[in-house]
Amino acid sequence: MRRLLPHPLLTPVLTLIWLLLVNSLEAGQIVLGLFLGWVLPVLTLQFWPEQVRIYKPMLLMRFLGIFLLDIVLANFTVARLILGRPERLQPVFVNVPLDVKSDLAISFLANVISLTPGTVSSRVSPDHRYLLVHALNETDTEALVATIKSRYEAPLKEIFEPC
Amino acid sequence: MLEFLISLLIVTGAVFAFIGSLGLARLKDFYTRLHGPTKATTLGVGCLLIASALHFSIIEQSASLHEVLVTLFLFMTAPVSAHMLAKAALHLGLKSLAKLPDATMANRSMSPRHKQTRQ
Repeated sequence: MRRLLPHPLLTPVLTLIWLLLVNSLEAGQIVLGLFLGWVLPVLTLQFWPEQVRIYKPMLLMRFLGIFLLDIVLANFTVARLILGRPERLQPVFVNVPLDVKSDLAISFLANVISLTPGTVSSRVSPDHRYLLVHALNETDTEALVATIKSRYEAPLKEIFEPC
Repeated sequence: MLEFLISLLIVTGAVFAFIGSLGLARLKDFYTRLHGPTKATTLGVGCLLIASALHFSIIEQSASLHEVLVTLFLFMTAPVSAHMLAKAALHLGLKSLAKLPDATMANRSMSPRHKQTRQ
C-alpha cells in the first residue's frame, strides 16, 4: 500500500492542479489527471521521505484565511517603509527557537514568515532548532518572536504534527 | 462598472509592483532589499491576476482559472528564492545594517563546505 500510493494527499492535489492547468473538466482529462496524480508521487518517492499528514484540515483553512489577510497587510507595511525614509529603518536579525519538528512544518513556517509583515526567514540552524529571521524595521525583538510563535507556529504545529 | 473595477485592480497591482521594485533602489543593504520583491510584489501580482480572472471569466465568457495556479506557484517560489538569497548572503558574510548574529558566524566557520572552499 505504502509503495503503490505513497502520498494519498498528493494525488487529489496534483489532479486538481492538472485540471486547472488544462482548464477543462472532460472525462479524459480527469483520468489523465488521476494517472499523473498517482504516477508522480510514486516516481518522486525518494524526495519525500516524510509522510504528509494533515491532522486538522479546518484549522488549515482558518490559518490560510489569516495568512491571506496578513499578506495584504504586509504589502501595505512594506510599501510604507519603502516610501518612507529608508535611512531611519532599524533592521535586525532575530533567532526564533522552533517548537515544530517536521521538515514540512518548518518549511511552511519559513515561507509564511517570508510572506508576512516585515520579515524574511534567512536560515535554519543545522540542527533545525532555530530559524534566523531578518526583520525590516523592528525594535522589540521579543515581541516579534512571541508574535511569530503564537500567530503562525502554534497553528502549524497543530495542523502538521500529532498532539 | 465591471471594467472600472478591473482597471482599478490593474492600476493598484501596477503601483504595488512598482513600489516593490523601487525598494531595490531605495533600501540600503542586501538584506533589507530582499523585503521589497518578496512582499510588495505578491499583492501587485495578486491584483493583476484577479483582474485577469475577472476579465476573462465575465467579459470573455470563458471560465479562466489559470490565475489560481499562478498564485499558487508564486507563493511557493517567492519566499523560497528569498530564503536562498538570504542564506547565500549570510554564507558570504555580506555587509549588513543589522548586527549579524553570532550563532550564524559560528555555524558558518564550522560548516564543512566552507572549509573546503577555503583550502
